[in-house]
Amino acid sequence: MRALLVLLVILGGWESYVGLGAIDELLLPAPSAIAAALVNDRALLWSNFTVTAREIALGLAAALVVGLACAVVVHLFTPARRALYPLLVTSQTIPIPVIAPLLVVWFGYDLAPKIVIVAIVCFFPIVVSTLDALSRSDADRRKLMRSFGATRWQTFRLVEAPAALPGLVTGAKLSLAVAGLAAILAEWAGSENGLGHLVLQALPQFETARAYAAVLILAAFSVALFGALTLAERRLLPWTQSTG
Amino acid sequence: MDSSGDVTLAGVGKAFGDVAALDGVSLHAGARETVAVVGPSGCGKSTLLELVCGLAAPDRGTVRSPPAALMPQRDGLLPWLSALDNAGLALRVAGESRAAARAAAHEHFTAFGLEGFERARPRELSGGMRQRVAFLRTLLAGRPVLCLDEPFAALDALTRQEMQDWLAAALAADPRTVLLVTHDVEEAIVLADRVLVLSRCPGHVVAELHVDIPRPRRRTDPELVALRARALEELRA
Repeated sequence: MRALLVLLVILGGWESYVGLGAIDELLLPAPSAIAAALVNDRALLWSNFTVTAREIALGLAAALVVGLACAVVVHLFTPARRALYPLLVTSQTIPIPVIAPLLVVWFGYDLAPKIVIVAIVCFFPIVVSTLDALSRSDADRRKLMRSFGATRWQTFRLVEAPAALPGLVTGAKLSLAVAGLAAILAEWAGSENGLGHLVLQALPQFETARAYAAVLILAAFSVALFGALTLAERRLLPWTQSTG
Repeated sequence: MDSSGDVTLAGVGKAFGDVAALDGVSLHAGARETVAVVGPSGCGKSTLLELVCGLAAPDRGTVRSPPAALMPQRDGLLPWLSALDNAGLALRVAGESRAAARAAAHEHFTAFGLEGFERARPRELSGGMRQRVAFLRTLLAGRPVLCLDEPFAALDALTRQEMQDWLAAALAADPRTVLLVTHDVEEAIVLADRVLVLSRCPGHVVAELHVDIPRPRRRTDPELVALRARALEELRA
């Protein structure tokens, strides 16, 4: 509630700052102008939004699948840890703006390079937080499983994997925060549609309000995804909740 | 390994790095006998049970025991599993289907006072209930020897007494060889046929008390009170 109040104050200040003519509307459109752009350009925004949303969703899904698989392999096979972990870390030192155009050259202007870039960016938080949760699993529980004569795989399936699920969700949340950014970068490297593409086009056309509207939609989408993930966590991992 | 239920430790020593946990411990528990091991904190009591359960190997001496099931110090219940699934965990590990493990566990739920809590997760259960689920899980492992590590240490005094009486009844109904590790002298005397007193670290047996008091035992029984005083004296020595 308090956050809403703060938001209203900021919007009010912004509106009056622009309204009083302190700044050119082409440089900073008023909130009301952005709202108008949201309504007037809704068809254009929507069609570009579905493109970006697909890039984010598919990229995240790919990162989840590959990241989870990597984490499990590295956790279960100690030699794999030594072989793969340095590569995982190295993958994060690659500057995305540099390789994005190269991937576009490689995969073309359509969906594929965007998914790859979003997946590369999202993959790391997922692997690291899942791996961390797996390796921090309770020693007493593993001892108990051993006293029952459990195999390595049984201990993994019955104890370590469920215990690591919250870590996986945390990784997914962290990835969500950067997925939108990655999708926009990917679109800037070369694309024919999407919200990032729309922003690039809107600026030279002096449609600043439209660019802001696109940013707003992307932010709203990320927040919605984050909310959905939090909700899913509460439903699927009820034992992690502190009360209830 | 023999399956008669006899547990024998002879001259067992175990160290962790430079810290000696056990130093020349010998003990014997006959089939269906309850032997309690009392001692100060950190005298290697838990290590003793790990050796019996085959979770660690002794540095010196020999450990002979049929397969033993461990009830760890904290209840060790898995927070994401229901009471029923926690109780049947050992059966799942043994290769039973989820449904079969649940059915086997459920047969005991009434006797264990857990009826109506089959689907409850551990944090929805009281401390006493959690210990009963943990004990049921240990029983269902189907081993002739039970190793109970401070089973009631986390409970308040009143619940602890209730649980001790409950455990005594449960063991009377389904006798096993039991090694009970505790720092609660009264608990040891209420439950055990024999009480071994362990010294300070590194632990070795300094006294052995036979508890020839008929069951069910009353804590106010003069004989029990006298034994308790003796055990406490041995502990302080």
